[in-house]
Amino acid sequence: MQVNDNKDFQPTIVAFCCNWCSYAGADLSGTNRLNYPTNVKIIRVPCSCRVNPMFILRAFQRGADGVIICGCHPGDCHYTSGNYYARRRMTLLFSMLDYLGIERDRTRVEWVSAAEGQKFAKTMNEFTEAVRKLGPNRRLEDLRCRKQ
Amino acid sequence: MQRIGVFVCHCGTNIAATVDVKAVAEALSHEPGVVVSQDYQYMCSESGQNLVKDAIKEHKLTGIVICSCSPRMHENTFRKAAAAAGLNPYLVEIANVREQCSWIHKDIATATDKAVILGKAAVAKVHLNAPLTSMESPVVKRALVIGGGIAGIQTALDIAEAGFDVDIVEKQPTIGGKMAQIDKTFPTLDCAACILTPKMVEAAQNEKIHIHSFSEVTDVKGFVGNFTVTIKKKARYVDETKCTGCGLCTEKCPMKKVPNEFNMGLDNRTAIYIPFAQAVPKVATIDPNYCLMMKTGKCGVCSKMCSVGAIDYKQQDQLIEEKYGAIVVATGFNPIKLDKFDEFAYSHSPDVVTSLELERLMNAAGPNGGTLLRPSDKKHPHTIVFVQCVGSRCDDEKGKPYCSKICCMYTAKHAMLIREKYPDTEVYVFYIDVRTPGKNFDEFYRRAVEQYNVHYIKGMVGKVTPKSDGQLDVQASDLLANEQLHINADMVVLAAAIEPDKTARPLATMLTTQMDTNDFFTEAHPKLRPVESATAGIFLSGACQGPKDIPETVAQASAAAAKAIGLLCKNSITCNPCVAQSDELMCNGCSSCEKVCPYGAITYTDKEFRMPDRTTAIRRVASVNPAVCQGCGACTVACPSGAMDLKGFSNSQIMAEVDAICK
Amino acid sequence: MNKYLKEQVLRSSGANVLKCMRCGKCSATCPSYDEMEYHPHQFVYMVEKGDIETLMKSESIYKCLTCFACVDRCPRGVEPAKVVEAVRLAAERQQGGDRLVPTDIPELLDDELPQQAIVTAFRKYTK
Repeated sequence: MQVNDNKDFQPTIVAFCCNWCSYAGADLSGTNRLNYPTNVKIIRVPCSCRVNPMFILRAFQRGADGVIICGCHPGDCHYTSGNYYARRRMTLLFSMLDYLGIERDRTRVEWVSAAEGQKFAKTMNEFTEAVRKLGPNRRLEDLRCRKQ
Repeated sequence: MQRIGVFVCHCGTNIAATVDVKAVAEALSHEPGVVVSQDYQYMCSESGQNLVKDAIKEHKLTGIVICSCSPRMHENTFRKAAAAAGLNPYLVEIANVREQCSWIHKDIATATDKAVILGKAAVAKVHLNAPLTSMESPVVKRALVIGGGIAGIQTALDIAEAGFDVDIVEKQPTIGGKMAQIDKTFPTLDCAACILTPKMVEAAQNEKIHIHSFSEVTDVKGFVGNFTVTIKKKARYVDETKCTGCGLCTEKCPMKKVPNEFNMGLDNRTAIYIPFAQAVPKVATIDPNYCLMMKTGKCGVCSKMCSVGAIDYKQQDQLIEEKYGAIVVATGFNPIKLDKFDEFAYSHSPDVVTSLELERLMNAAGPNGGTLLRPSDKKHPHTIVFVQCVGSRCDDEKGKPYCSKICCMYTAKHAMLIREKYPDTEVYVFYIDVRTPGKNFDEFYRRAVEQYNVHYIKGMVGKVTPKSDGQLDVQASDLLANEQLHINADMVVLAAAIEPDKTARPLATMLTTQMDTNDFFTEAHPKLRPVESATAGIFLSGACQGPKDIPETVAQASAAAAKAIGLLCKNSITCNPCVAQSDELMCNGCSSCEKVCPYGAITYTDKEFRMPDRTTAIRRVASVNPAVCQGCGACTVACPSGAMDLKGFSNSQIMAEVDAICK
Repeated sequence: MNKYLKEQVLRSSGANVLKCMRCGKCSATCPSYDEMEYHPHQFVYMVEKGDIETLMKSESIYKCLTCFACVDRCPRGVEPAKVVEAVRLAAERQQGGDRLVPTDIPELLDDELPQQAIVTAFRKYTK
């Protein structure tokens, strides 16, 4: 694994957050003024099971450096079992990405409840740092999509 | 061509302090399709909303983006404002630049950049928003209550009182549940039957209430306001409509050695039986496992005795189907089996009993006619040891991790009743903690100690050994005195933990409601929605949701009834329009979506399609019932052909957001 | 379990030990705690159980200062100091002579000692 020494590198990170838990958890970390990097941009989805692997591939193609999916804790899914689907799908997708040479640390699934503002901020800090260390994602980026 | 309006809120200084609001509005004004981009102090205020409304009308906007606080906060406010200005409310998108931007970042330059990107993502999404309309779904004005204990009875009475029809489904031959078996109630010590049986009769006589006794729910289909439930009326081999409950058959039945469930197996009943004198409905039931006629074909005494000809040995289980608008679950609890707790010698000595068995032993309608006698030799016990927390607060697989809540109080009640009736009896209670939160509860327990001189000893019983002289050696610890005790007891009473009824789990699967690891039904919110399940139209009543005493059960039963009545009062309900939709032309009929749907909202139908060569073909395609779909989107990912999409969060919308963020 | 002694202690103390809910506030507040083998809450519990003789043999009955902090602070009004006093009384009554010989007392006296303490000591250590 290559370690990126460039401290100025600002990774682009896409976070898919379940509307019922992690999105509210992200709101809570805002309400509590808990800091995490501006690199993280959140996309609201109704449930972690709404996250199509296609979205993640698209993000990497468009130049994202890391993608994180946040859902309800196992057993707490608003829709009974959606987070279990997400967990299985992402396990498969991540192993495929690994095969393609996308480092495991660029992708992550995390369970964050609506009450865990602190955990949300902590997770985002850790994840951003991990992606920053990896450097820019070049494997899957489609150069035709790169901004000029 | 889309005409999009962008409105950036300052939120006083909440956003404006770390985000250059004017720069955001300026940057977003150059986005494709944006015709107006404004900023304002408080967008959610009356004048802020008017600004939005006026802009919609003036610029003939086809979509708006509000850069403000979390959509969880004010999405509805702006949707209503849009609707008031004639714009479909689902053409509104919120960019969360307060909770997820200005409040977490300190550097103005980077925070502004991020706010612009969030705004761009929202603009990109709103380009693809489609106008959505909420569906209306009719409500069947009838409720189903599953379980006929005090919880179910109270819920049914309250719903009937409001003027709606209610059906009670009870698996036993009579309603009444556990409360019917209880002798006295704490903390008032009034007799349980005296306060319960009038309610049972009231339920039976209420024209709005229909009791399906000796019945079970076998299937539930449908959704809030429109459930279709299959009820199995088990064969009781007696025609309910003819039986008068005279009880002659039960007197004459020659098979008299059947363990009596109502008395916890402490005495016997006949093969044809009425559980107890005040049973509702008061109808006999034949137990086919013991009936001589059913087993050997030789008897028929009851049939000969019955003057109205109600006996029918050939009766079959019967399935009936009913439609309901709301379902209340009131399946209740049972004491756990104690076979794993060998140390208390429950399986070895008849004089070691559970608290529910003690209730029957002390009850006037119980096996001893109300005199407390040792089960083994029918002698009066002089020393009785109570053991608390048997199986409760137990972290291994033998017991339950939770506190069963009612044991402290009923043990104090038992101890007090015994000391009151038989002052020559010494009563010991071994406890870990005495928990008595509740109105007049602690006073009640103190009365047991101070007035009735019940010996409360902090510590647990380690071992109960039956001795040759018929007594029980109770080995226990007295933690306060720091010593081990040996007590010669005549009887030991175990406060067994309570657990949800075994029928609850399959029922939860049928109802698609959630349960915790202990099989208690999970409420929609532990504090603010305690009587609703997370599944719309399913309500929870009584101990099926967690251990409860009678007053709490009745309170929750009435609360569940109030929620059900609130639903039944409506003629129709509005459904969330952000639901899945299948593109029939792309669907290949593979059933992948049907398998992942947690609500059973997807069905397959055969439809006729015109093919390119001008022939018609029948194809099997998925269709989503928008009233059942809750919009989780599991199916959209499972669909291999990309036919399934979620309105409001479509594949193209989310990918537009991804693109905008990564650009 | 000595029923006679228990009754005697309960009668002379006038305390209702059944009211105790074992919170331990009496022992928590006791200034002589470290000196005592049996602490105030144990006195109450052991009297309830009728285990008086063990207490009578213990030095603890003479370590109580009769400061009544426990009586003041007991949330149930059990009055542990009165229980200790009653056990001490029972012990005094059983012994042949006084615990302190009067002639020894001047040596133990301290000029700083409050008058009340001396009077209490006489009550405590003599018949």
